[in-house]
Amino acid sequence: MDSMTLIAVASIITAGFTTGIGCLGPALGEGRAVSTALSSLAQQPDASATITRTLFVGLAMIESTAIYCFVVSMILVFANPFWNHIIAQATGQ
Amino acid sequence: MRLSPDEIIFWQFGFVKLNATIVFTWGLMFVMAVGSKLITDKISTGHTRSRWQNLLEIVVTLTEKQIEEVGILHPKKYLPFLGTLFLFVALAALCTVFPGFEPPTGSLSTTTALALCVFVAVPLFGIMERGWSSYLKSYVQPTFIMLPFNIISEFSRTLALAVRLFGNMMSGAMIIGILLTITPFIFPIVMKALGLLTGMVQAYIFFVLATVYIAAATRVRKPDPEAEHIES
Repeated sequence: MDSMTLIAVASIITAGFTTGIGCLGPALGEGRAVSTALSSLAQQPDASATITRTLFVGLAMIESTAIYCFVVSMILVFANPFWNHIIAQATGQ
Repeated sequence: MRLSPDEIIFWQFGFVKLNATIVFTWGLMFVMAVGSKLITDKISTGHTRSRWQNLLEIVVTLTEKQIEEVGILHPKKYLPFLGTLFLFVALAALCTVFPGFEPPTGSLSTTTALALCVFVAVPLFGIMERGWSSYLKSYVQPTFIMLPFNIISEFSRTLALAVRLFGNMMSGAMIIGILLTITPFIFPIVMKALGLLTGMVQAYIFFVLATVYIAAATRVRKPDPEAEHIES
């Protein structure tokens, strides 16, 4: 395999793994957060406004870790710096 | 496939480029500034008022209430800055229903600029509220060992603010683009609705996080016992 194929294979496989594994943790975390928020909502319906607001902020912060993984995999697939470097070298020669 | 609206260039003259991010940012600024000016020109304090004035009043009072609920005692002082952040991000997300519109918040340069505004505003408000010595002392709380971590957290949360907003707005457009090639019929509409919801939630998150940071920076060491009682 030449270096171009190697870079393509490595980028695509890594991008898939990044999003796949990177979504596992936040999914578990969000599930825990929502279930805890639901049980505390059932116990204290009066505090629903505070709980919902905190839940939304917390969920977005948990979700941002998954978003980071998504951004990294998107960069690997669509804006890969190594790939661009190799293409620039190939067209330059 | 495009990663950001930076790559659509409308007009170029040497070094100066006019890309979609700048054009749509100017468009949003124009709509918001001229819209507010037109509405507030015919402002009335009587019983009858225009529906547009009602809309603005709802937005302003709701934002003020939200800022107060986070724990800032004088929300009027921070309303212009925080309200502008919220309205800009929310309108950018909302305008994606128009075909051809690219949200300027889907570009990392816009979100970095917004996050840098928060990065500068937090110490500024903190120093204005508490004075130099009291604010700088908050960096060595609880012990002196925490100083580097406090400084790192200032930078890392700015980075997180920028990348979170960018990632969410970019992923919405990207997912629709990918789905159009797989299931071009009804399913992209569902994702579009989800994208609208995510955009509004992200606008709220950005606003609340900025408010929380400012509230933490401006908080005086000893809160009055009455406020503490309500919180507990």
